[in-house]
Amino acid sequence: MPFSSPSPQSLRRLWRRRRRVITGLGTIALSVGVLALAFAWTAGWLTPSRLSGADVADVLERHNGEHPGFRRAHEKGVCVVGYFDSNGRGQALSKATVFAPGRTPVFGRFALAVGSPYAPDGVPAPRSLALDFSAADGSTWRTAMNSVPLFPVGNVRDFVALQRATTPDPVTGKPDPARVAAFMAAHPETRAFNALMASRPIASSFANGGYHSINAFRFIDAGGTARAVRWSMLPEAAFSALDRGRFDAMNARDRDFLFNDLFARLRREPQRWHLVVTLAAAGDRTDNATVQWPASRERIDVGTLVIERALPEPAGPCRDVTFDPLVLPPGIAASDDPLLSARSAVYAASLRRRSGEGPHPGAPGSAPATLPQESQR
Amino acid sequence: MSTPVPLFHARARLLHWMMAPLVVAMLFIGIGMLSTTSSAYALLLAIHKPLGTAILVLVLLRIHTRFRHRPPPLPSDLPRLQRRAATLSHWLLYALLLLMPVSGWAMLSAAGYPVTLLAGIRLPPIAPHDAGLFAWLRGAHHWLALLLFATFLLHLAAALFHALVRRDGVLASMAPWLGRRRR
Repeated sequence: MPFSSPSPQSLRRLWRRRRRVITGLGTIALSVGVLALAFAWTAGWLTPSRLSGADVADVLERHNGEHPGFRRAHEKGVCVVGYFDSNGRGQALSKATVFAPGRTPVFGRFALAVGSPYAPDGVPAPRSLALDFSAADGSTWRTAMNSVPLFPVGNVRDFVALQRATTPDPVTGKPDPARVAAFMAAHPETRAFNALMASRPIASSFANGGYHSINAFRFIDAGGTARAVRWSMLPEAAFSALDRGRFDAMNARDRDFLFNDLFARLRREPQRWHLVVTLAAAGDRTDNATVQWPASRERIDVGTLVIERALPEPAGPCRDVTFDPLVLPPGIAASDDPLLSARSAVYAASLRRRSGEGPHPGAPGSAPATLPQESQR
Repeated sequence: MSTPVPLFHARARLLHWMMAPLVVAMLFIGIGMLSTTSSAYALLLAIHKPLGTAILVLVLLRIHTRFRHRPPPLPSDLPRLQRRAATLSHWLLYALLLLMPVSGWAMLSAAGYPVTLLAGIRLPPIAPHDAGLFAWLRGAHHWLALLLFATFLLHLAAALFHALVRRDGVLASMAPWLGRRRR
């Protein structure tokens, strides 16, 4: 024989080495694989039904159409600037410095809760006022309030289902009535919201309407006591209602009549609202924005919001800001309302997208170029 | 004959094993909070920012330690390519560990968010409030995080390769409790 056959010992050694390599590589592959899989699961890549902020932004884009550079909801808006004069009464409820007697600079945004930045103002849609209070100590309070004190749905899954059910059919341009009816049949809270929307008089101006926190929050006082609250901005300007029957005529005369009215009023004088805090009583639900608290709840006027001027978004401080309801100063905290996380996540997704798309051309005022560049007293 | 393996400096080992679980947790928290609109979002976001700040402090200490105390030499029989890969991937890890918290902090600044840590403790902005800059930093933060996770998996695979296949004591130089003898 030309070769000597390997000894049994060397064969065994070789086998042992090979086994070590195989089990070693197997262990490595398993460890890396399990971690990668866990990461993929955490990222939601394996669970398409989990709703991310981006998923909700997708749903809004399908519902509203794509308007690059604009928010994914409440697209049509303008920036406002002013201040908040605290009367000090809020200090008993919250240690937030914004409630200490004195003045806090404020900026914000008035908007229509319509899906297009170019929609006419004469629509029976809610309106919104979003605000940023930046206190002298560096703390920030942001709130995005709606003209309707309720939300049509209590959680993000229902919100997505509602958006899908009311997304216009590309052929007819209208939502499928059967889908809308099926959603409404299953959601008494949305029917109640719609009934409220239909019966509520619509303010004739951004300036004479009230705006509400929608969700419950917690105020924490200097002693550490937490109270469930909601808040509203109630106008000093006398209320007058729009005639729903005349929307078409008003839009024909000026599609941006609400925004133009705001600019015009602010050119004349600052506009004022009172920040009114409503205290929950024991048993009031804080986890459901479709449930109102009884009107008998204690309300405390904690100060005056003074809006001095309005600016188109490209010229104002509000466009590149999210009025994230989780941006809260010490003394104000989130409640157990699941919508707060959802709003925060979706607003963040909206900011990511519109920032990446580049600044929008500016509306209202870009489609019908009618708005003044700035209203300064 | 077996010889005891040289160890990383005690401070390097302490920082390494403090940072390892924090960084891995941070990667999962970051990608996890992006995936959800549930109440977990608020919780994960509230953890992400202070934890990122803690990691920033730790990585600065770690880099300082790296320059003060050279790591033990790699086994002399390690193929050149693997040696290269080890050196490169370690500097990549240091760079990513530094860039992740800095880009996160900068991107929140560029988005005009207050950078709130715990109980009203805030960091000052380190970038101007600028939407275009935010979009760029946000993209960087995201892709660097995925690169960091991939680099971490490579790092883990390499450590296990040294321990289980080569059995050359390289893992033990960071984890002496595994036994300090080369076989």
